[in-house]
Amino acid sequence: MSDTLHNDPYAGTSETIDGQVFNVTGGDWDTIQPDSLAGDRVVINMGPQHPSTHGVLRLILELDGEQVHDARAGIGYLHTGIEKNMEFRTWTQGVTFCTRMDYVAPFSTEAAYVGAVERLLGIEDDIPERAKIIRVLLLELNRISSHLIAIATGGMEIGALTVMTCGFRDREEILKVFEAITGLRMNHAFFRPGGVPLDIPEGGIQQFRDTVALMKKRLPEYAALCNENPIFKARLQGIGYLNLAGAMALGITGPILRSTGMDWDLRKKQPYWDYETYDFDVITRDEPDAYGRFRIRQDEMWESLKIVEQCIDRLEKTAGQPVMIDDKKIAWPAQLTVGADGQGNSPEHIKHIMGESMEALIHHFKIVTEGFRVPAGQAYFAVESPKGEIACHAVSDGGTRPYRVHFREPSFVNLQGVSVMSEGSMLSDVIVAVASIDPVMGGVDR
Amino acid sequence: MSDATEGKTPETEVVPASATELNIVSVREGAFGVHGTGDTSGYGTVRRPVVMPGASRPPFGGWFDDVAAGISQGEGLSDAIEKTVVDRGEITFFIRREKILDVATHLRNDPKLRFEFFSGVSGVHYPDDKGRELHAVYHLLSMTHNRRIRLEVTCAEEDPHIPSVVSIYPTADWHERETWDMFGIQFDGHPALTRILMPDDWPGHPQRKDYPLGGINVEFKGGFNSAPDQRRSYN
Repeated sequence: MSDTLHNDPYAGTSETIDGQVFNVTGGDWDTIQPDSLAGDRVVINMGPQHPSTHGVLRLILELDGEQVHDARAGIGYLHTGIEKNMEFRTWTQGVTFCTRMDYVAPFSTEAAYVGAVERLLGIEDDIPERAKIIRVLLLELNRISSHLIAIATGGMEIGALTVMTCGFRDREEILKVFEAITGLRMNHAFFRPGGVPLDIPEGGIQQFRDTVALMKKRLPEYAALCNENPIFKARLQGIGYLNLAGAMALGITGPILRSTGMDWDLRKKQPYWDYETYDFDVITRDEPDAYGRFRIRQDEMWESLKIVEQCIDRLEKTAGQPVMIDDKKIAWPAQLTVGADGQGNSPEHIKHIMGESMEALIHHFKIVTEGFRVPAGQAYFAVESPKGEIACHAVSDGGTRPYRVHFREPSFVNLQGVSVMSEGSMLSDVIVAVASIDPVMGGVDR
Repeated sequence: MSDATEGKTPETEVVPASATELNIVSVREGAFGVHGTGDTSGYGTVRRPVVMPGASRPPFGGWFDDVAAGISQGEGLSDAIEKTVVDRGEITFFIRREKILDVATHLRNDPKLRFEFFSGVSGVHYPDDKGRELHAVYHLLSMTHNRRIRLEVTCAEEDPHIPSVVSIYPTADWHERETWDMFGIQFDGHPALTRILMPDDWPGHPQRKDYPLGGINVEFKGGFNSAPDQRRSYN
């Protein structure tokens, strides 16, 4: 009897060995005696399908009234086995997989992977300067678009829909730049071991400058809408509190760590790809709550714009320089141009391999189908993604495919903080706390 | 390990500092699916040993030596390091598995080491490395000194136990659960070592090398779909 009741959510209420049971069909909730349930806790599954959980995140909440007594995160609903799949593709094809992890900040994942592969190959010093500038440009634009998503979805979840529409409107402008450079709005696979496959398009510099100018006009709108908005502050200030000791113990990085006053930013502390030559500041705040993180993301967008402007200047100076390593054993032949039919092709390269050199054809066939070999060993390459330290641990057995790649995903690690951030708070604050962590489930579950 | 002090030339120190010994973890035979003789292409007799970077000899250079000495100076840790590998500018300490918790505690607490930040655990499976098939690879970061090191602990497939470091680094909780989920390494002392990415009732550990890619039947609401590689038959 009681078994049936527990298993059938649509069964009527009745006395069971556990006492009276109330279920989702309702209709009899007015018969609940408040006294009889005093001290009872309700376990609620928030998600995995819920508009406020940032994707397929399942939160298992133990509630005492509206107060959260216990919060746990259940993940894995978006696990697609990307790391396993990468072991069955060449080192170059791996980028195509890992770019799909954190789809909001795909370039950071590509950067960690490509950096690890380049360290394994021992070609870190041979990457052309222009390739590194294009990478930094994309990484910083991506930081802006990722922070815009964090602010937009965070706003939407507390009912500030205007913030959401503004955020997605401005992110679209950045995605247009991505499309102009890489051909895709998302899932770019544009960082390749050895550099980037293509130079920036014609008229790109002007488009970048226009976008930067537009962003400078649009970013103050968020400050005007939110920063001193009393409702916004009431919902965010003091919510999702996590101090420095907690962040260190839980391995949390990124804006959450910097909101505790710690100035840890890998771009400054362990610079890669000439970040030490760019002029920008690390934003910190002594407000380790959702509001502090919101303000940090806002200010970091301005710093990223500063870096983007420096990148554009450098791109002008380095026009015509190579964007791929000068080693034909590694460089992927992808210098595509758009033909009259709108399709990408590489007429010069095709002419060379089909009409001029049989050896070039053999080499082309080998590198495209088999790929290049990477000396055995392991490497760890960490970059500062919009969400914190993203790192790739790549192991090679000397073959043409990764033996093992593992990603230290900041979303995965930071999500562990949801328990401490929301226990003891109200149910509505859980949503604010999760939004301030800004997890992307594609990255969490991989 | 011998200390090469200035002015003296220890007679044991005949190998240059960067010299490595071979560390063969596997030997691959054949190519393009061809094994043994029987074909005339020669591919069937190809033999390729998989050689990982071998142990390095001190001095390792720079702060590497400070950290190596710092670990050995810990209480009861004089023999904790199995071997040290310096490769591609990164240092890896192979730690005896029964010592990993003590080493982690020492690395975090000692002010000269102060690896207060735990980046993660990653499993690696070497099925042919007998008795050391499963590796747990830890990446530690010292924000105080701005250093990164890697610890590697090995265990056998038959005895897949490694002490958990969650009591020292709470962030290891999910990392160790993922490594258990994907590789089947049991972290003793973990507060709740359950699957994290795969469903709770999943059989097997998908990231092991003997686990196939794909080939899983799909059941959905009573319906049944065979795995893609078994779906059709043309004979």
